[in-house]
Amino acid sequence: MNRVGQSLFGAQGIEAARERWQHEFAAGARQPGPTLNRSGIPIKPLYTPEDWSGAQYMEQLGFPGEYPNTRGIYPTMYRGRSWSQRQLIGLGTPEDYNQRVKELMGLGASALSLIPCNSVFRGYDADEVPPELLGTCGTVVNSVDDMALAFDGVPLGEMSTALNDPAPFTLLAFALAVARRRGVDWNRITGTSNQSDCISHFVANHMFFRLALQGARRVVTDHIAFVNQHVRQWNPLSIVGQHMQQAGATPAEAMAFTLCSGIQYAEDCLARGMDPDQFLPRFTFFFDISISLFEEVAKFRAGRRVWARLCRERFGAKDPRSWRFKFHGQTSGVDLTRQQPLNNISRVTVQAMAGIFGGLQSLHTDGYDEVFTVPTQQAARIAVATQNILREEAQLTDVIDPLGGSWYVESLTEQMEQKINAIIELVDAAGGMYAAVEAGLVQKMIGESALAFQTRVDAGEQTIVGVNKYQIAEDAQDYPAPQYPDRNRMAAHLRRLAEFKARRSQAAVDRALDDLARAANSKTDNTFAQVVGAAEAGATHGEICATLRRELGFGQPLTIV
Amino acid sequence: MRKRPPRVIVTKIGFDGHDRGSRVIAACLRDAGMEVIYTPPWQEIPTVVKLAMEEDADVIGISSLATDHLIVPRLMKALREAGLQDIQVIVGGIVPAEDEQQLLQAGVARVFHPGAALEEIVKEVRQLAQKRHERKEVQA
Repeated sequence: MNRVGQSLFGAQGIEAARERWQHEFAAGARQPGPTLNRSGIPIKPLYTPEDWSGAQYMEQLGFPGEYPNTRGIYPTMYRGRSWSQRQLIGLGTPEDYNQRVKELMGLGASALSLIPCNSVFRGYDADEVPPELLGTCGTVVNSVDDMALAFDGVPLGEMSTALNDPAPFTLLAFALAVARRRGVDWNRITGTSNQSDCISHFVANHMFFRLALQGARRVVTDHIAFVNQHVRQWNPLSIVGQHMQQAGATPAEAMAFTLCSGIQYAEDCLARGMDPDQFLPRFTFFFDISISLFEEVAKFRAGRRVWARLCRERFGAKDPRSWRFKFHGQTSGVDLTRQQPLNNISRVTVQAMAGIFGGLQSLHTDGYDEVFTVPTQQAARIAVATQNILREEAQLTDVIDPLGGSWYVESLTEQMEQKINAIIELVDAAGGMYAAVEAGLVQKMIGESALAFQTRVDAGEQTIVGVNKYQIAEDAQDYPAPQYPDRNRMAAHLRRLAEFKARRSQAAVDRALDDLARAANSKTDNTFAQVVGAAEAGATHGEICATLRRELGFGQPLTIV
Repeated sequence: MRKRPPRVIVTKIGFDGHDRGSRVIAACLRDAGMEVIYTPPWQEIPTVVKLAMEEDADVIGISSLATDHLIVPRLMKALREAGLQDIQVIVGGIVPAEDEQQLLQAGVARVFHPGAALEEIVKEVRQLAQKRHERKEVQA
């Protein structure tokens, strides 16, 4: 018997007591056997010091801000500063976006995000695509002028901005060009290149620019190198587990695959001779938070520990800042239901709690109506209020890592860690994440998990309130009306794009795009430096993407059923 | 004529890449014994029409989670122009109620919303495939 158990219960006491309880429990319980969580870990009805003794406290947990960071990456955590409330925004034209941003700044927002239109995600300008799809899921930003309009009145040196900006990172290039016009020092700009993890797009989300995987790999490493040198407070990389979990990966799989991607990006930087203590502090992560509360808490705590160990032991980082697992969390849209949509407010609350107990640095809470549409203003306000209520009314931030030391949570954290490490070994054996993705290994595992979950829902083994249990007859008029951008404003935006193209120096644009193509074909030039050059010369997003697609290959999604 | 299992194209048009739904549906229809032609996301409308023609598809399933359903009327028009109006089109995903009416008016056979049971989808696809065979026989 361990020391903690002895001191609490006496050497023989706990075993005899456990047997007594087991007898009573087996006689009375409706479900005496273990249940499975979403990651397939058997969950017992009761945890005691026999499951987690605390004897390894210093090795496994330690103190917040200390290796291996299990309890949090900063000594102060939310007692120092709250997580950032970073709600996703992006709709319509750059002016529509700017209007919304000014409203939010008026309400005291200190961090912004910019979600571009899906046409931008796919690498096209607004004049290349069916107009019905423009601005319906994000803002149409195609040039430096569009970005200047979107960020009109936004102090770029003070406001942290998260740009949803996969390779080749044109949005950051446009933002840097705007900063130069305004005389803002690039090293004062803070924020993150979200969605910069090309692997996750190939595996799950497919919102990338159709650069072939190896081309995207080259561009992302160039981007990290450039930003580390010239935009030193910017986070060039956000490694994404969210796509994979939304696509059906279990929480353990999502964490494991994300860390595998992190390993590849870090090893690519190391292979270029970059210093881990320079690039690792600028790596960030982005995860989905499902409603499986304890499992999510264990996922984040285990992930933090595994990453700290990888950084120190595998990548050789010496600076404690390099070991920090900084992450943004988004409440899971997949858990939300179209049926009885107001119930989603409860779901988002539980998901947000899981993220907060998990120690996140930044949080997006979904609007309850995201199953129907881009959030309405009412839903967006409730989502923000949910964060404020949890922080300031429920006082969830009083204690650092409040679930730490729970026999259940610590035992679950260890089991999550084992599952994560087993998958990392599997992917390492397959030759790393790029090779595993190219072989379809990762997609196959995620696809199987997605189907298994849906089968459990259909069989009623996994309850979803209002969907497979507790259904009520509903009035379809409860559903919010879709919000689409104003057609006249979008038409005006298309005219402005045409004017922009007519007004710029075509010779300068051609030269910049040639330089970009040359950089792509050279082994040593930095492609992102040329993307920035092209943005400043007036090249559009579509032109930059088309150039790189031509030179680095056209990517097809690697999906399998 | 020998009866073959329903043949279904499961695809996504437009720009969105979220393919969990299309993959789950494709796997489920396949497991139900149908012949499933699955494509990755972002297919162009002419590509889908050509595929439907070459594969003699009974049903086309379009998955839309991020407003790509707004161009489904373009697909319906393209199918009619290619003389493929007997092919049944279903849409699944996030489709607002107002837009659902427009899709049905444009000739879409059925719209499935989040939470639809796989069993119900399988049943509907079988019936639609059957309907198409009957129409083809009448035409023949």
